[in-house]
Amino acid sequence: MSQKVLLTSKEVNIILHRLACQLIEKHLDFSNTIIIGLQPRGSFLAKRIVKLLQEEYNIKTIKFGLLDITFFRDDFRRGEKPLEANKTEIDFIVEDKKVIFIDDVLYTGRSIRSALTAIQSFGRPSEIELLVLIDRRFSRHLPIQPDYRGRQVDAINNEKVKVCWTENEGEDTVYLITTNTQTPENV
Amino acid sequence: MSELTVNHLLGIKYLQPEDIQLIFETADHFKEVINRPIKKVPSLRDITIANIFFENSTRTKLSFELAQKRLSADVISFSAAQSSVKKGETLIDTVNNILAMKVDMVVMRHANPGAAYFLSKNVKASIINAGDGAHEHPTQALLDSFSIRERLGEVGGKKVVIVGDILHSRVALSNIFALQMQGAEVKVCGPKTLIPKHIESLGVSVEPNLRKALEWCDVANMLRVQNERMDVNYFPSTREYAQQYGVDKAILDSLNKEIVIMHPGPINRGVEITSDVADSKQSVILDQVENGVAIRMAVIYLLASKIK
Repeated sequence: MSQKVLLTSKEVNIILHRLACQLIEKHLDFSNTIIIGLQPRGSFLAKRIVKLLQEEYNIKTIKFGLLDITFFRDDFRRGEKPLEANKTEIDFIVEDKKVIFIDDVLYTGRSIRSALTAIQSFGRPSEIELLVLIDRRFSRHLPIQPDYRGRQVDAINNEKVKVCWTENEGEDTVYLITTNTQTPENV
Repeated sequence: MSELTVNHLLGIKYLQPEDIQLIFETADHFKEVINRPIKKVPSLRDITIANIFFENSTRTKLSFELAQKRLSADVISFSAAQSSVKKGETLIDTVNNILAMKVDMVVMRHANPGAAYFLSKNVKASIINAGDGAHEHPTQALLDSFSIRERLGEVGGKKVVIVGDILHSRVALSNIFALQMQGAEVKVCGPKTLIPKHIESLGVSVEPNLRKALEWCDVANMLRVQNERMDVNYFPSTREYAQQYGVDKAILDSLNKEIVIMHPGPINRGVEITSDVADSKQSVILDQVENGVAIRMAVIYLLASKIK
């Protein structure tokens, strides 16, 4: 197994600012917009973006929630490991709102498909956008593309993208890890 | 841990403490799901479940059916009264005929203790025991503990008294196993005729005096007197039972603390508990019913994830 750094802490910081600015360009004061972090790994990025928008760009009220997609996945009983659920924290209705999904890595697109179904339990959004830090090109199983992306990466199947956050792993860094066996992750 | 150690839910005594923890954590998620505007998830859309009830049931059967439908499973339900069991078919034949229609999981209630265990050894399907005679009723005990955990924060270290007809109660036995497994202390209280001999060997103590039992406990689980299982008179009259072992507001108010009142239902109002107690803030009876759906969703989901 070998690993190389895809993004350093400084680069992650620049990208987060750019993504926040792109969101402001489209959503202005976020009065009709809801940010949804996809559990588990998307929640770190979503919280960072929300913090930036509030503290650096002075957007006071942002509706923010966390969505767990475990019970909506299409690989129940198909994998080796059982699926573990995480907490969903959405205490509002998304009816007629603009929803932005935030996840760390876009790989096959299956998580996003599950999220598109899961969010319907909370109403019918007027539109849904997708923001990801890493877009793994050429590995999609479904016709899903991000609206905002941090960095596009060409990674093959025995390579894994690992996003580390200060809150969790002690540093903001993105690694490309190459394993010997083919284990598709981040689906 | 992310997987149950068992392939069937036959009784609490076959579980490990980690299993109960996993069921509770999963039920937490499902409780959030059933409070959404749309209360359904598609997880079990390729699973078919048969509910086979050889004994009468209202809330358990409804609760299981609702849990299965909330998980998007296909459900068939039947009661023994309308079935070929009346024509002399054996249990294994009945179930195997149902399984021949490609059923993955069976939820069964039966009057004979051990019926679910017997079935699990003889048919190829995941079995959930929804009550077998006076033996076990595992999902009821799980939802009772889940309700205690919800109200008091945790089950470990709590003092729970089970009051009433312990002799005929599968709820009592499953509760004793479940509570002890989680580190709670259990007492039973009731007329001597309704307390099984040698119950102390399960590690529970017997307190014949209701007031002393209530003063001791954090939670009182009030059981129904199961008249339908009584072939002889176990106490002189219902009125005398209610006087000795019924909980009313006066006795609750006279305690120097606020205890939690539980009841697995159906309630005989005015016998085990009075109406004002059943409807009071101290009662978690309706929470138990709501939690029942979440717990059953968790059990079905976790067992279904082991079906290959």
